[in-house]
Amino acid sequence: MGDFNWNWQLDGWIILTAVICALACSLVGNFLVLRRMSMLGDAITHAVLPGLAVAFVVTESRSSFPMFVGAAVVGLCTAFFTEWIRKSGRVDEGASLGVVFTTLFALGLVLIVHWIDRVDLDANCVLYGSIELTPLEQVNILGIRMPRAFLILSAVLGLNTIVITLFYKELKLASFDSVLASSVGFSPATIHYVLMTLVAITAVASFESVGSVLVVAMMIVPPATAFLLTRRLFQMLVVSALIAAFSGILGHLSAIAVPSWFGFRSTSTAGMMAVAAGSLFTLAAVFAPHDGIAIRLWHQILLGLNILADDIVALLYRVEEKQGRKEAESRWIREVLLCNRLAFIAVKRWLLFRGELRSNANQISLTERGHHRAQNLVRSHRLWEQYLLDEVGLDPSRIHPQAEKMEHYTDRDLREKLHQAIDNPDIDPHGSPIPVELSKRPKK
Amino acid sequence: MQPLENQIPTTSKSPLSVQDLTVAYHRKPVLWDVGFEIPQGSLVGIVGPNGAGKSTLLKAIMGIVPLASGRVQIFGKNYRKARQQVGYVPQKESVDWDFPVTVLDVVTMGLYKKIGWFRPVAGKHRTQALQALESVGIADLANRQISELSGGQQQRTFLARALVQDAELYLMDEPFAAVDAATENAIISMLRKMKSNGRTTIVIHHDLQTVPTYFDHVILLNMRVVADGPVEKVFNEDNLNKTYGGRLTLLDEVSEAMRRRERSL
Repeated sequence: MGDFNWNWQLDGWIILTAVICALACSLVGNFLVLRRMSMLGDAITHAVLPGLAVAFVVTESRSSFPMFVGAAVVGLCTAFFTEWIRKSGRVDEGASLGVVFTTLFALGLVLIVHWIDRVDLDANCVLYGSIELTPLEQVNILGIRMPRAFLILSAVLGLNTIVITLFYKELKLASFDSVLASSVGFSPATIHYVLMTLVAITAVASFESVGSVLVVAMMIVPPATAFLLTRRLFQMLVVSALIAAFSGILGHLSAIAVPSWFGFRSTSTAGMMAVAAGSLFTLAAVFAPHDGIAIRLWHQILLGLNILADDIVALLYRVEEKQGRKEAESRWIREVLLCNRLAFIAVKRWLLFRGELRSNANQISLTERGHHRAQNLVRSHRLWEQYLLDEVGLDPSRIHPQAEKMEHYTDRDLREKLHQAIDNPDIDPHGSPIPVELSKRPKK
Repeated sequence: MQPLENQIPTTSKSPLSVQDLTVAYHRKPVLWDVGFEIPQGSLVGIVGPNGAGKSTLLKAIMGIVPLASGRVQIFGKNYRKARQQVGYVPQKESVDWDFPVTVLDVVTMGLYKKIGWFRPVAGKHRTQALQALESVGIADLANRQISELSGGQQQRTFLARALVQDAELYLMDEPFAAVDAATENAIISMLRKMKSNGRTTIVIHHDLQTVPTYFDHVILLNMRVVADGPVEKVFNEDNLNKTYGGRLTLLDEVSEAMRRRERSL
């Protein structure tokens, strides 16, 4: 490991600033994600640039208040123009956003480059931010010296928290069902523009730290991650805040540590924050508890094995029914079912363990429990065949493969309904008897 | 159905009167000169083909889409003043069912207007919402996330939300679409109970077969009102043919001409 330069005075403030910035962004970002307006967030964060530039030039200072006003005005204009172009130009929202924000962003860049001598503002700094430099510019508040950026971001986080707490129920309603919101008199337009003002203000406050390109990562990625992990709005807000804060910490630590492992100097904290947030999102997408990729894969594997188990017991049942033999050779079963050897061994073990199968040398046979499962399964199969032929009118050659799939998803209730729907038949279309329903499952 | 038990006093003014209503999207008229009056306490079906402007009509009544001309009065007042008396049930598809809220949350939304701006939802509001869920038979699902609901359960959630609004005039956009038979029966018995309590309900409906059994008043709509009145008087083959018998080609032509002229100017 290379040299890990850590300085509490410097790095402590950087991490605190990063965390506060990420919190402020993700708080408003939740509603952008839920309202499916992530791109509008992106647009506003870019489009506020001319507002900033004009505010600089008019006031000839970097004081915050004119900047916020300029940005808020241009931010609202973005939201407004986008809506207007979408309506009157009859193009979709994405296209009208593309028109508005690229134009405004370009205008802002041109202004900054043009006035570069007069304003203390660097285009690179606006794009990527320079969180590493924020501790250098300190202000004195209540006898505590703190970075200016930290102070401003804390104020914006406070503002966002207050507004979202006040408008919590209105935001929830307008985001979920805007028609109901307007029918009861909570104007969705008002709520929309309040939210967009917050987005614009948050974007300006975050520029110095993470820049206009990455601010949208902080607005969108933590809430999108939280959306995968939670099922309640309040939980989503809390989890997104945790993820945002964690991204901030992880971002700075890895910006210092990771490059030094490979012998490079430390890299951009803002960049690593976005990378950290992106990695957390990937983890969440894979391991989300309800419908993550891993859990879905696991369910698919379990389902596949369960179907194989069904096929094994059903085959043994049919062998007994047609040939009167209670036992069959393991290998023969595997060959008939065309199944993978490993899967077969696993499922056989499982069935033996569950007491549905017994084995004798290389012969296997059904126990009473296994027989019960098999009989209901074969009953499902044959009821389906009859139903598909009579009620659905499927071609006789197609009914077997269809029934073969459906049998695995058919429970007792469904069998009962099928039985009634096809007038309680005794034999299936192929002339095999439809076995009776076995209700009580025998003990192991 | 607790909230609706008390009888509302009958007013002399009609719950809903629409006069000369015209709505246009991009100058292309969707509704032409629509006018009708609904008697107090009736159960009204609106039927008409796709694109007849049924949903637009409800939205125009609530002032959500702008009127090109005409007037809507609810109990003799304009919509802004009568808002409290109107309950709305949107189409199921109009909301995002993956939204992170519970069934109880959605029902509580029906009370937001009463709670008012900035004030948080309190325990008594949740109790009220839970009672409404009980009356539509899904109180056990109160804490589920809405993405776990079936189509019928989604519709019941919306109805419970309408119930807590405790309105006198209800506007419902296809509450019977894609629901199971049990839900359909539950909805219709709820509507009848509301009617017996003097509430007026206007329902956009697709299934022509059930119109005579479900409704006592019907509006046949296809860009304009073809007929409206008691079901036994106006719900006949002649009027249905006029409603469903093809598009109104001449109206289409003139609106197309208006659009072209608008552009060439």
